[in-house]
Amino acid sequence: MQEKSTQVKLDEVQCGDGAPITVLRFAGDITSASQAAVLGTYEALPQDAQRILLDFSKVEYLNSSGIALVIQLMIAASKHGQTIKTFGLTPHFQKVFTMVGITKYTSLYPDEQTACAAFTA
Amino acid sequence: MTEKNPGIIELHIPSRLGYEKIAMNTAASTARIMGFSDERVEDLKTAVAEACINAMEHGNKFDESLSVGIILSMSDDSLEVKVVDTGAGTQGHGTAPDIDRKMHEEEKARGMGMFLIQALVDEAEWVSSPPTGSYARMVIRLHPASESLERR
Repeated sequence: MQEKSTQVKLDEVQCGDGAPITVLRFAGDITSASQAAVLGTYEALPQDAQRILLDFSKVEYLNSSGIALVIQLMIAASKHGQTIKTFGLTPHFQKVFTMVGITKYTSLYPDEQTACAAFTA
Repeated sequence: MTEKNPGIIELHIPSRLGYEKIAMNTAASTARIMGFSDERVEDLKTAVAEACINAMEHGNKFDESLSVGIILSMSDDSLEVKVVDTGAGTQGHGTAPDIDRKMHEEEKARGMGMFLIQALVDEAEWVSSPPTGSYARMVIRLHPASESLERR
């Protein structure tokens, strides 16, 4: 049996009058096998991407190794002075992200519209 | 025919990442049949998946010739899950991750599995019993102690 792969789609959305927001839309599984998909996609972002949204609404399975990759992405973003906001996590994974403390470094929102609006609030 | 305990479900999975989902989904189906809420089922799924991954990685060193055993024991008010490997047992603790240290790269980003297991189930322990194998034991209760007190 093969692990279900991670799909990442890159999007750019406009919210209000601000600069465009880069969205990383994850789908499938996020596990230890997702390093290239998660960190590779982040590293390929244009240097001027300052506002980043992480979309977990189509993620089917996420484990602690996958969460560690999200933390690594946040470490890299922090070094580049980028702001990350997160949406689409199930209530269970909102709880898990809160338990491990990730919410200190990224805010969680229920949907894209709310997350997007938070950049301009 | 050998008589078996009808309250016990046992399965074995190879030490290969991805197979933990078989254990996770079996535990979830069992918990749903027993009447656990969706929230508790999600807690159990994460705990069982993390315990299986630990058993594959640290117990069986990803040796695919070694299997991870999962024993689900149902009782009237609880579900116990044992995840058995062939290793010497874990030395770690389920201490809470320090996100500041992780963000400052003073501690590895990984290493949250045991913490999550302990935080998500009502009871968790790791038993070392070489050479027969070691296991993680988790229990979720239909009516945890805090709920029982609230109902009084």
